[in-house]
Amino acid sequence: MMSTIVTRTAVSGAAPASRSDEFDTLAPSPKALMRKRARGHVGLIIGTTIITVIVLMAVFAPLIAPYDPYAQDLSRRLIDPVWGAKGTWDNIFGTDALGRDVLSRLIYGARISLLVGFTAAVIAGIIGTALGILGGYYGGKVDAFVVYLINVKLALPVILVALSVSSISGGSIMALIILLGFLTWDRYAVVTRSMTQQMREREFIMSSKAAGASNSRILWREILPNLMNQVIIIASLDMALIILVEAALSFLGLGIRPPTPSWGLMVSEGRAVMFFKPYLIMIPGAAIFLLVIAINMAGDGIRDVTSPEGRG
Amino acid sequence: MLRFFVRRLIIALCVAITVSIIGFSLLRLSGDLASVLAGENASPEDIARIAMNYGLDRPFYIQYLDWVTSALRGDLGRSLFTSEPVSELIMDRIGVTGGLAISALILALLVAVPLGVLAAVKANTWWDRAALIFSVAGQATPNFWLALIFILVFAVQLRWVPVSGSGSIAHFILPVVTLAVSIMPSTMRLTRAGMMEVLSSDYVRTARAKGLSPFKVLFKHALRNAILPVVSLAAVQLGFLLGGSVIVESIFALNGIGYLAFQSIVRVDFPVVQSILVFLSCAYIVLTLLSDLINAKLDPRVQLR
Repeated sequence: MMSTIVTRTAVSGAAPASRSDEFDTLAPSPKALMRKRARGHVGLIIGTTIITVIVLMAVFAPLIAPYDPYAQDLSRRLIDPVWGAKGTWDNIFGTDALGRDVLSRLIYGARISLLVGFTAAVIAGIIGTALGILGGYYGGKVDAFVVYLINVKLALPVILVALSVSSISGGSIMALIILLGFLTWDRYAVVTRSMTQQMREREFIMSSKAAGASNSRILWREILPNLMNQVIIIASLDMALIILVEAALSFLGLGIRPPTPSWGLMVSEGRAVMFFKPYLIMIPGAAIFLLVIAINMAGDGIRDVTSPEGRG
Repeated sequence: MLRFFVRRLIIALCVAITVSIIGFSLLRLSGDLASVLAGENASPEDIARIAMNYGLDRPFYIQYLDWVTSALRGDLGRSLFTSEPVSELIMDRIGVTGGLAISALILALLVAVPLGVLAAVKANTWWDRAALIFSVAGQATPNFWLALIFILVFAVQLRWVPVSGSGSIAHFILPVVTLAVSIMPSTMRLTRAGMMEVLSSDYVRTARAKGLSPFKVLFKHALRNAILPVVSLAAVQLGFLLGGSVIVESIFALNGIGYLAFQSIVRVDFPVVQSILVFLSCAYIVLTLLSDLINAKLDPRVQLR
């Protein structure tokens, strides 16, 4: 609870006193307005707070986790969590069927979800944004090809493709990350393509063309920076999606392989005894839910703060 | 309309061909199929024999062309595990998966559309916020987790429905609800956004001004236009549900295509896996093509894009 309060003040305290105070006859700058909106946005504050706590948990896992997440103790199997009938403070969230401490596995599991979600979202973002910008800017045959690639991607059933590839290629985390990156780039491409199409006709692009800027300069220095807000918003949605897909794959036994602690895998392991020990599926499932909802709230918040007109 | 139709059809065909190549090559490119099939302790001779048996030693494009030409005649090969024809395996199970997906879609529309309308009409009130919270929470809930919670609550605690299996209608209630929840948030958000836009338009104001009852304005004038994008999303979602049913089917032990795909993936039964991948992709392509055509028919402006 302590850390929640600390990070919350850190978030709201991050914005220094508005610089436009000195010129209070002038209208506040767009950045100052943005900061003001960010400070008043409940969803954004809650979302970033939860994410910060989970990230800190993942980074400092070896310091926080009370036990080794892999250490089995068959004499201490299926101990109730602290609120259960026979629960003790020794294992706050109880132990699993192999006597491993659930809290420790949960803390280490955050590493997997964040690593897979973040890295795969970046890969997908690079692929999708590159395709979207190229199609939207050049139009014609390039655009037709990009649209065709998007259609192909959309037609593929994501979970089944991921399961098939993952089953043959073994359980390496790296392979899983690349796979998920290649399976979720479509949303970036769709949005950046249509935004680039609109931007292509705007004056500031026209004028840099007239000033003799090369195509690559326009793409890198004019269009891309103007898309970044949108790309970050899509990245948050994409990261949430990837975390859910990774959890589903691990749950089905073809994502992260045991004994690595992944939240989806923990639900799957708890399933065998869920009728007697429901907490073994409730706790890791709730962790996935919490992380995904926090990322979505933060993403929605960023959208509201950076482009309030795009709310819907 | 005809030109639009022909153009869309050609694109759909190209996409279908590409998808069939991807579906066919996916398992072959992900690793050495023959050695996976042979098992860990197999000798190189065993692997070579298996590769020859299943034609895996031939050049890739010949394998593909062979498969496609017989697939077009309705022959998708035989399962390595049960040696039943793959086409029969799929046909036997399409009813379960199709029924599951269609019921989930209908249920989702029945809940999400009224909720979206309510959120738009009562925009920025507690109704709106409650609907938003519901949609955000729905989006963040892992499908498999929700299914397990449903089992714990409704099958074990309350004993309203059976835990798993596919004997009766009651067996399908939890799977349908689980699947429906996964597509409700996007449907609700789209309905809300569409309604918000339509409600502020001139023709709705005119309808109100001439004294039509609020009910008539809402359902006869506004919803009709706001629902268009929801209809085209519905086709896409049906395709998504067909492919996404794998999780729900394997948790509730429903004998559908998704469960078959999952079992076949685990057994490396590649003739079945590749056929299901291509089959589901093509189902999606056909559904989106249909939705595009319906959309173009309802809204002629679409044809110009």
